[in-house]
Amino acid sequence: MGIEGIGARVARKEDKRFITGAGRYVDDMVVPGMKHAAFVRSPHAHADIKKIDVKAAEAMPGVIGVLTGKQLKADGIGNLICGWMIHSKDGSPMKMGAWSPLAVDRVRYVGDAVVIVVAETKGQARDAAEAVEITYKERKSVSDAVEALGKGAPQLHPEADGNLIFDWGIGDAAAADAALKSAAHVTRVEIVNNRLVPNAMEPRAALGHYDKAEDHYTCWTTSQNPHVARLVMSAFYNVAPENKLRVIAPDVGGGFGSKIYIYPEEIVCLWASKRTGVPVKWVADRTESFLTDAHGRDHHTTVEMGFDKNNKIVGLKVDTIANLGAYMSLFSSATPTYLYATLLSGQYNIPAIYGNVRTVYTNTAPVDAYRGAGRPEATYVVERTMEIAARELGVSPAELRRSNFVTQFPHQTPVIMCYDAGDYGASLDAAMKQADYAGFAKRKSAAAKKGKVRGIGMSCYIEACGIAPSAAVGSLGAGVGLWESAEVRVNAVGTIEVLTGSHSHGQGHETTFAQLVNSRFGVPLDSVSIVHGDTDKVQMGMGTYGSRSGAVGMSAIVKALDKVEAKAKKIAAHLLEADEGDIVIENGALKVAGTDKNVPWFQMALAAYTAHNLPAGMEPGLKETAFYDPSNFTFPAGCYICEVEIDPETGKTDIVQFVAADDFGNIINPMIVEGQVHGGIAQGVGQALLEGAVYDGSGQLLTASYMDYTMPRADDLPSFQISTSNTPCPGNPLGIKGCGEAGAIGSPPAVINAITDALGHENLTMPATPSKVWAALRAGTKH
Amino acid sequence: MSEVSLVVNGRKVSGAVEDRTLLVHFLREHLGLTGTHVGCDTSQCGACVVHVDGKAMKSCTMLAAQASGSTITTIEGLANGADLHPVQAAFKEHHGLQCGFCTPGMIMTATDMIRRHPEGLDDATVRAELEGNICRCTGYHNIVKAILAASKTMSKASRSKAKKAA
Repeated sequence: MGIEGIGARVARKEDKRFITGAGRYVDDMVVPGMKHAAFVRSPHAHADIKKIDVKAAEAMPGVIGVLTGKQLKADGIGNLICGWMIHSKDGSPMKMGAWSPLAVDRVRYVGDAVVIVVAETKGQARDAAEAVEITYKERKSVSDAVEALGKGAPQLHPEADGNLIFDWGIGDAAAADAALKSAAHVTRVEIVNNRLVPNAMEPRAALGHYDKAEDHYTCWTTSQNPHVARLVMSAFYNVAPENKLRVIAPDVGGGFGSKIYIYPEEIVCLWASKRTGVPVKWVADRTESFLTDAHGRDHHTTVEMGFDKNNKIVGLKVDTIANLGAYMSLFSSATPTYLYATLLSGQYNIPAIYGNVRTVYTNTAPVDAYRGAGRPEATYVVERTMEIAARELGVSPAELRRSNFVTQFPHQTPVIMCYDAGDYGASLDAAMKQADYAGFAKRKSAAAKKGKVRGIGMSCYIEACGIAPSAAVGSLGAGVGLWESAEVRVNAVGTIEVLTGSHSHGQGHETTFAQLVNSRFGVPLDSVSIVHGDTDKVQMGMGTYGSRSGAVGMSAIVKALDKVEAKAKKIAAHLLEADEGDIVIENGALKVAGTDKNVPWFQMALAAYTAHNLPAGMEPGLKETAFYDPSNFTFPAGCYICEVEIDPETGKTDIVQFVAADDFGNIINPMIVEGQVHGGIAQGVGQALLEGAVYDGSGQLLTASYMDYTMPRADDLPSFQISTSNTPCPGNPLGIKGCGEAGAIGSPPAVINAITDALGHENLTMPATPSKVWAALRAGTKH
Repeated sequence: MSEVSLVVNGRKVSGAVEDRTLLVHFLREHLGLTGTHVGCDTSQCGACVVHVDGKAMKSCTMLAAQASGSTITTIEGLANGADLHPVQAAFKEHHGLQCGFCTPGMIMTATDMIRRHPEGLDDATVRAELEGNICRCTGYHNIVKAILAASKTMSKASRSKAKKAA
């Protein structure tokens, strides 16, 4: 590695603008003539809209337009869709209920958008929104997925009888049943995976601008994938054809999945801009974010895992009910199916697996992928069950895991995935050593002397990143391909622009991707610019989610760089009168290997553009494009160990030690990777200890602000002890696996395994708040 | 409407604002200083922290009219020309930011925290003092590291300044 190349701990290029207040987020954008929008939202969880009276609102100061769903429909704007088709076991397609960007005759959750008000100022828009009179007739509502499946539950969509969206299965039910029947021991666990609100610090925002002169729309939006937004808004929502719609996602303040989807607001702002003749900006306040950002998790699961007399796993059966909220969000069907049940084998040899997933409508915010997306739920199922099984069997949790690890690769699981590389024992050893696992008993008794209760827990996770290949996901129901594109432009002076379809919203692509270019051509980082987030600049891309930017996005850049290198070498060989095969790139120059003959990089670039002396028949210029479609998922894996100390007087849990040992394959910038792990663990610990979205019996979200929803703060968390090992991914040219979600996937079961170890019983649900832990210390059966 | 007049980043500014205008909206919308962010509606997240007469304040908790007559420093005014403030430099060096949205508030809070603790800081104090600032990306690990490092750098600098003066 060079000082700026692959493997170097380079400070981030993008930081300068963020630390000086020069970042440009959607709310910072100002367009001449821009006005402000406020949405009137349903205060009811479930109601019929009887009447909408906008007269008083229209008469309010500064009001430019008050628009309803009827007008939106009249203009031909389409319903929102879910882009991944899942079929039930009986072969029937999933039951997608209609979701109008502005509700027309019925609202199905608190926060459902009904009317948009456009006014001169934000304050005036909000004042006028208050003056919109909507007459509702309330219906009974249901927030809990299990209740929604029950007889007599309120029905949300005529398309979905019994609120059931699909009843889907994966694996071999008969084989799993037979295995459990033959098992010497079966561990049975009931699991609730708590509903979370992603809470990117930048609230969602949209600025829609219709340009009458060009009959063209521009949308600035807080998106993780602006090209997908353009595609969906064109192809399905009839906002405008793709060539008449530019989507820009500038600096985006965190996403964690919640900014993948195309929400009603950006569609409505674009449409309202044409209707009112002014650019329309909307910025969510935090409560709107809580109410309307796609939530995460919310599973109810029963697990049965069977072991033979040697404690080898013989079979696993999982039955999950997943709450998808009031409408099917863009990828909501994929998250609890192909991103969840395909990971139920964990790091283990399990000969027979069957997973059944029922997805359900409820009168709550739509639920979709949130950091980890299905994989945290799978890991929680597998790793809680392994820990409980070890306790039931009276064996070491580490050794039970180790004796069941997959050790031969490739390994085909019974649930689609084929693991390509890994060394799970290495991560387990590294984590146990780092955590001084062997010394825990001593620490526990020392804590007991201080009146504190200590526990230790582990979690050996596996995840699947860089969802692929496109043909395979297409056959599983995906409405899009999951490749990535890149364009590498070498300018006449040798500086380089890389246009990528990946989108950075905190991941540091501007640095990491430039490091790759530096490694290949020796061009300094300052001379490499990474361009992303604008459909007018980058031809097409699939965006950033599922830890795909390294494994898929950078692989596309590698392919484009290969093409650039091939042409650059041809030019250099011609200039140096050497054989193309003898040209090597070293220290920013193209050299004839083994000689001092060379042409500096910038001179070669200039030659490409002056075109005075190019090989016969060669086109001038130096710019190459590539699309990369991976051959397989990647499989990051690792072992996390959490040690907690509980104050029995208050029930407060302190994490006294958190160790993460991850295998991400090759790493481009260790500093950035560590940052991703830190942030992921914080979100996982947040889920385990603090966070939970709570709807009351009438469907009101009780946790709709930072006063009520507990975000992890600095004093809730320790400093983390993290390390990495490396089995390079054989499936992509850089050997990268991905690191963006691991922390959030691996950590919740480690934390809960630690607390239940301290408690001595398993009766504890997330979030393990002080009051729950306090009560749990005084109740339940000791294991 | 209220007439407000204040000094922001060393520049005298004045204007007429709606009475309900918050300081943060005055800074962002009237002055175009968009480095100060709004991340919540309840004065919990700290993305809007600025210095009012030298003290860290959440600019969403204060009306612009209340701030009239004050001297304000925002994230845009923290660096000395092209030279980054030591806290800004430490956030970059220690990867104390990812998406950058909470960062201005974090840096303004940290700068005030370091000023109030000339004796130096430790991990627990920094974590306790960050109570009013939420970050969703970093898990705080590197933010704490950056603040501790900046605190050391700044106390070294002030010691050597004091030595020179002596």
